[in-house]
Amino acid sequence: MNPLRRIGAGLLDFCQQIGSIATFALVSIGRGLAGPWYPAQILRQMIDIGYYSLPVVGLTAIFTGMVLALQSYTGFARFEAESAVATIVVVSLTRELGPVLAGLMVAGRVGAAMAAELGTMRVTEQIDALTTLSTDPHRYLIFPRLLGGTLMLPLLVLVADIIGVFGGFVVGTSKLGFSPYTYIDQTLQYLETQDVVVGLVKAAVFGFIVTLMGCWNGYQSRGGAQGVGAATTRAVVTASIMILVFDYILTEIFFSR
Amino acid sequence: MTEAPAKIAIRGLQKSFGRKHVLRGLDLDVPAGSSVVVIGGSGTGKSVLLKCILGILQADQGSIRVDGSEVVGASGRDLEGIRHKFGMLFQGGALFDSLPVWENVTFGVRARQRIGRDEARRIAVENLGKVGLAADVADLMPAELSGGMQKRVGLARAVALEPEILFFDEPTTGLDPIMADVINDLIRSLTRAMGATALSITHDMASVRKIADYVAMLYEGRVIWYGRVEDLDRSGNDFVDQFIHGRAEGPITVGTR
Repeated sequence: MNPLRRIGAGLLDFCQQIGSIATFALVSIGRGLAGPWYPAQILRQMIDIGYYSLPVVGLTAIFTGMVLALQSYTGFARFEAESAVATIVVVSLTRELGPVLAGLMVAGRVGAAMAAELGTMRVTEQIDALTTLSTDPHRYLIFPRLLGGTLMLPLLVLVADIIGVFGGFVVGTSKLGFSPYTYIDQTLQYLETQDVVVGLVKAAVFGFIVTLMGCWNGYQSRGGAQGVGAATTRAVVTASIMILVFDYILTEIFFSR
Repeated sequence: MTEAPAKIAIRGLQKSFGRKHVLRGLDLDVPAGSSVVVIGGSGTGKSVLLKCILGILQADQGSIRVDGSEVVGASGRDLEGIRHKFGMLFQGGALFDSLPVWENVTFGVRARQRIGRDEARRIAVENLGKVGLAADVADLMPAELSGGMQKRVGLARAVALEPEILFFDEPTTGLDPIMADVINDLIRSLTRAMGATALSITHDMASVRKIADYVAMLYEGRVIWYGRVEDLDRSGNDFVDQFIHGRAEGPITVGTR
């Protein structure tokens, strides 16, 4: 085939995908907001995404905080700016690493599970069955997941920020010779509300991306076990890439603040 | 063609997936209060036909009228109103595997009206009784049931809504001959008792003879023969003869790809 033609077909296909994902998201949000609501489903998703991701996200955060303290100490010692360690740890965590790493971990844990669950429901006709039982799958299945992800990821990131700072604190006081008082003082002194808020906004966007990719890929899956497997992989890969892309876009939007 | 007015009237129905034309101008009348069985080989569009009538798949062209209301092109509230008339038994049962049996059976009822848990349980047990299942099945999870029991629970779920029209998608596929006969008997007795109109798709000839009043033979996306079940053996149609006797030789050629 003509290479130009192939590029064109690929581009058209890509645009069509974006269009159908956007439509899918808008339909789910629109119908979900219009009600009827399913509080039990929303609660279940919030617990599943928020509470059960805590161990994974917490472990990621504590080691990230610890390694950040060590690495920035090594770097800053070269121009005698070791005292900046606490500030570096807290600002990198809240603005950047907290939301991105939590987003990636949740993509692996929650996004994959959603794609697999919805994919299985699709291929076993459970989604069609919902329709015949006067229940809109967008309202009952998709909206609670999107809402749960968007609400719970910021909370997770807030917890991750605190745990991460604690990781830096442990390394700072036990290995790097900071006094506990100085370390906490340094942490809080240069931290601005904006840093945390930017991080939480990012987290909400990432939570939406992860759940949307999980739901969309699961909902669209076809053809039995293999199809569900492919959907799960796609959900994690697309969500991870989109998190990194949107991380840059959001950082640029908030750059001067 | 028949005495009773058509509950479902389909004219010139067309549906394609990409370049594959599945339904190519299908006409079919389902008389009120009778049982029509659509037969035909695998991949002739039987399932697609049911999904088009339910509005789960959007037909490309043609008309589907249910009690005079058009399904093709209907949206939102209209479609929901039409779907209220249907109950469907899916091929694999399509039970929600995260919910116990009793919640499965009353899922549709609870989607339409607010009822308490006790009332819901009572309705579940009553409908399980109709399909010959004991009350203690109500608390089991779908995964704990055999294939035949899953089908029966699926049937209980479909009839719990007391629909005017019941769809059966290959009700006996994957069951042993005795269980298949039990399901056939249930289909017959339940639809009679409810005075419901039934539309089934199957390629099990024993099932056809048991549950059908009228038979429609689907071939290459069209109905090529329609008549009373008593006339099935003297249809004078080579396609029908080949199918009901299960012969490899005849006008119907099975693709080798």
